[in-house]
Amino acid sequence: MIDVNTLIGPYPFRYVPHPDPEVLVRVLDREGIDAAWVGHLPSAFYRDPTPGNRELFARLSAFSDRLLPAPAIRPDWPKWESALSSAANSGAVAIRVYPPQWGLGPHDASLRELAVAAGEQGMATLLTVRFEDLRQRHSMDSAGDLSAAAIRSLARAGDAVRLVVTAAGREMIEEVHWGLTPDEQRRVFWDISWIWGPPEDHLAKLFRTIGSERFVFGTQWPLRLTQTPSANLDLLPDDLLGAPLADARTICAAAARNPVPTTPSR
Amino acid sequence: MTSGQASSLVEPLIDAHAHFYHADAGRADWADVNAARFRAGERMGITYHVASVLGSYGFSSPTYFPSPADVSHGNDAMLEICDREPDRVRMFVTVNPNYTDHALGEIERCAARGAIGIKLLASRRADDRLLDPVATVAAERGLPMLHHIWQHRRREWPSQEISDGADLARLACRHPRANFILAHIGGGGDYMHTFPAVVDCPNIYPDLSGSGVDRGMLDEAVQALGANRLLWGCDLTMCTGLAKLHALEVIGLGAEDMSAIRWRNAARIFPDGSFPRCQ
Repeated sequence: MIDVNTLIGPYPFRYVPHPDPEVLVRVLDREGIDAAWVGHLPSAFYRDPTPGNRELFARLSAFSDRLLPAPAIRPDWPKWESALSSAANSGAVAIRVYPPQWGLGPHDASLRELAVAAGEQGMATLLTVRFEDLRQRHSMDSAGDLSAAAIRSLARAGDAVRLVVTAAGREMIEEVHWGLTPDEQRRVFWDISWIWGPPEDHLAKLFRTIGSERFVFGTQWPLRLTQTPSANLDLLPDDLLGAPLADARTICAAAARNPVPTTPSR
Repeated sequence: MTSGQASSLVEPLIDAHAHFYHADAGRADWADVNAARFRAGERMGITYHVASVLGSYGFSSPTYFPSPADVSHGNDAMLEICDREPDRVRMFVTVNPNYTDHALGEIERCAARGAIGIKLLASRRADDRLLDPVATVAAERGLPMLHHIWQHRRREWPSQEISDGADLARLACRHPRANFILAHIGGGGDYMHTFPAVVDCPNIYPDLSGSGVDRGMLDEAVQALGANRLLWGCDLTMCTGLAKLHALEVIGLGAEDMSAIRWRNAARIFPDGSFPRCQ
């Protein structure tokens, strides 16, 4: 099991307890999770993510067998192509992009170009729908949620694209999925960190309609309780217990190359 | 990975914030949703669901501003569920305090049939004087009042007349003999505002329910208020309820504190004998 949605570093709008890689490794051990894709939380709010990426690689270097870097690449920043190649050469499994925080609209051409280029270099593009519930956001946190239109636009950008969309709920997932062709649908994976379980049973409904193989395990640590997606899987109806999620190792070539332990996914 | 059932297998577990639906709630899958709550409850080890029905859930009057007719119809549906499931369901009687006589009549009617608490939505600000007659009766009868809360009210939001911890604290101070359950610290808004707002009101018991699962929320709640002030609950998302149970087990709580949150606090503030399977 791989947690595709973790971060290190502080969050600008509220205190987050010990968002550090050594703590994350202990959490993975406690929860029985093999490895994690890790981003740098402050970089979502930096204009230039370059220093954040340097810090990410440096802080993860001691845990390279468990914590796999997912640096932020900003496609409207000069020399983003070399930043992308550098990320690939440094062992990144995915890149993180934050269109709302960077003021990039749903049909931004540079984002589409970046997603294709990342895919061609074997890396997934990881999107974050939200960091916090709308109802609790700081008055300065005005970026808004990532839109379904933005996800559809990226999914349609090309065959090489592999998207991992985190922190989406049922309505957004359905809006995107059924707005794509079957080929485009196969380019998109959804983490389950924000999907409701019983009694509404959104996760179960999505497994039945879209298929569990379109979903990956993600927690959004350190912002959210690591136990939530596991609890959600544990509360699925009997006939869906043990439904296989997508194996994060198979999403993209960079993930497949990574020598992470191979405990079977649930 | 964690198991579906909370690990304290022998301990009772009371969900102090649950809801059920009925045929006139405007959704075709109402019975499936109710069944899913029982299914998940069995797997989690919930001993009692303390639940309410919120009128017609918007079908014939707004969820948070239910008409008197919808309030009564919803309470009837909740009474029927209690009659069908006496071993695992208890009832909050829902009221709209804008209709004082109707609200007091519903409390009397449903308490006579076994309701053990009162549910207030967001039909009137919590500190409004119109809530005083309801709180007075709640104190007289020993029925805790579960009040829908928005954690830190910074502006008006549509479809609700929201209240926050500070609003509820003013009501609780006027009625020190009544007990109040502050709804869902994970149900939206900034819970870090709630804790200091209610810390000096020992008759306010926040419940942990809601879809919000921010890391640090539970730790801060325990630190600010103590385990004896907190009630476990799920509201609309039982997966987050289970996650919070597992999280409570790893933040360093002792066995007594876990018991307090799981069921003992609820057993203490609801009327004596409400939970015979927890004795």
